[in-house]
Amino acid sequence: MIELAGIHRTFEVGGQPVRALRDVNLRIAAGEYLSIMGASGSGKSTLLNLLGCLDRPSAGSYRFGGQETAAMSELELSNLRRHRIGFVFQFFHLVPRLTAAGNVELPMVFAGVPPAERRERAAQALARVGLTPRAEHRPSQLSGGEQQRVAIARAVVMRPSLLLADEPTGNLDSASGREIVDLIEGMNAEGLTLVVVTHDPLLGARARRQVRLADGVVVADEAAGVRGAASGVARGRA
Amino acid sequence: MRFADLFRFAAGGLRGHRLRTSLSVLGVGIGVASVILLTGLGEGAREYVTGEFASLGSNLLIVIPGKTETRGLAPLISVAPHDLTLRDVDALRERVPGISRIAPVAFGTATVKVGERGRQVLVVGTTREMLEIRHLKMATGRFLPRDVRDAPLCVIGARVQRELFPGVNPLGQIVRVGEWRFRVIGVIAPRGVSVGMDLDEVVEIPVETALRLFNRSSLFRVLIEVRSHGALPEVERAVIDVLRERHAGQEDVTVLTQDAVLSTFNQILGVLTAALAGIAAISLGVAGLGIMNVMLVSVSERTHEIGLLRAVGATARQVVGVFLVEAVLLSTLGGCVGVLTGLGAGQVLERIYPDFPVHAPVWAILAAIVVSGSVGLLFGMLPARQAARLDPVQALVGRRT
Repeated sequence: MIELAGIHRTFEVGGQPVRALRDVNLRIAAGEYLSIMGASGSGKSTLLNLLGCLDRPSAGSYRFGGQETAAMSELELSNLRRHRIGFVFQFFHLVPRLTAAGNVELPMVFAGVPPAERRERAAQALARVGLTPRAEHRPSQLSGGEQQRVAIARAVVMRPSLLLADEPTGNLDSASGREIVDLIEGMNAEGLTLVVVTHDPLLGARARRQVRLADGVVVADEAAGVRGAASGVARGRA
Repeated sequence: MRFADLFRFAAGGLRGHRLRTSLSVLGVGIGVASVILLTGLGEGAREYVTGEFASLGSNLLIVIPGKTETRGLAPLISVAPHDLTLRDVDALRERVPGISRIAPVAFGTATVKVGERGRQVLVVGTTREMLEIRHLKMATGRFLPRDVRDAPLCVIGARVQRELFPGVNPLGQIVRVGEWRFRVIGVIAPRGVSVGMDLDEVVEIPVETALRLFNRSSLFRVLIEVRSHGALPEVERAVIDVLRERHAGQEDVTVLTQDAVLSTFNQILGVLTAALAGIAAISLGVAGLGIMNVMLVSVSERTHEIGLLRAVGATARQVVGVFLVEAVLLSTLGGCVGVLTGLGAGQVLERIYPDFPVHAPVWAILAAIVVSGSVGLLFGMLPARQAARLDPVQALVGRRT
């Protein structure tokens, strides 16, 4: 589903070029569960932003679902994010003035989904993350774990094929973190491709495939245990 | 994205910051209110003057001794080689067929006394036709009798009556004007200022008596009422011809038509209204800058939200739309508040000064709303663009503040 070939990403910081990613090659098959790990500054967030089409590579090819993203217009990229990619952030990024349901509806609002259908789909998504009783609460009335579950409902409400999670448990206590991980792993089990970016080795180790970055270079890409072989088969199918 | 959703989302953004929203609404409101109020004042002044002239009757010619080159306002001082006399008035009445009424006016100030009580007033010498031409109403008694030009009779204004005859019926009483004695035969109903002359503060006496009283040989002016509006130019020409013939071939009078005077006033007051509107527009511009400031703050405060919108698939154009609609909503809201405030203040003014109508013209109200909306559009453009240009990656980094 995703093919990165010879990806470079260079920033200008204070006049100095910073090479955040260097010659990254990565193929991710549909339904995979992948973790990207590395110390801070290793380029993992840059990679996540590239995967999410929030950022474009300085050089190299990124094909999403067989289509070259470099050739896409800003509008097409927005469309791709809207329909194919869901984001979950460390700091949730809920809109504080909207209710939980309102936040979940947000992607559909910008996609022009009619209100009745929006409400129904938001209710389904909230039910999926177990927050139906909290639908009319504002973010400030929710616990961190609940806020992250709202964010997950928002990320999957457009039925994307890829879920990108950036330190999804980084701001939660371990119990809430466990719930969140169970939730997104459950979604992966139903076929959603899951990419988790983290510097937490325990979280990273749960993934069937683990990619390690250091100084913008992929230093390891290994399948974990027996399930890794299964993932190899999946890759073969892609 | 549906417009209703865009609208609701933007309105939600405003609701999130009630104080800031209401302050910028207030800023625009003040600007719009001042547009409404100031144009209302200008327009009120115009209506007031127009109304005053209409009360003179619209088929009026005013003959003034002396010739000036400018048409329009009456010359204050004019040197006339020939007097404008009562015989000229009689000749005009006989020889110009279009005239329906003609009233000579002599004019001066004098001290009017009743016993020891006295005051300075305007003394107007005229004839009965003045009553009809200026549509005067009597409070009590009657006006100067028909065809009387010289008699010790007077008609007094309402305030003169109040001050010289407090609590006394003035009819039949004697007043002294200078050294002369006049019997009061009527009181003019109160009416207020009419084209520069306070009719409540005059004493009207027969015209010939007035000329002798002030030792004048020339009339101050002659008012002519023409049978129909269409006959005005024709009568104006005939009047000038007759007077030229009588004044040894010299055209030494000025004839003003009501229309000419009125259109001059209209012009002056129109310019005044425009100038007032211009001043008010400046405050609207300042309010626009206020909106821009508020929107810029809002953009920098909501970087996370903007980043998030981009992440969930909002296009740059949709982000521009959100912030533009917010700005236009702000300013239009301000426009409506301003219109209501301006109209309300106009009502209050009118309650305080009933003589002086404050009528904001409809065009000014519509323009104020449209302009305030466009102010939002114009000054919202920059912040909206800035929001759309935000790098979504940067916008999402870090902790929510």
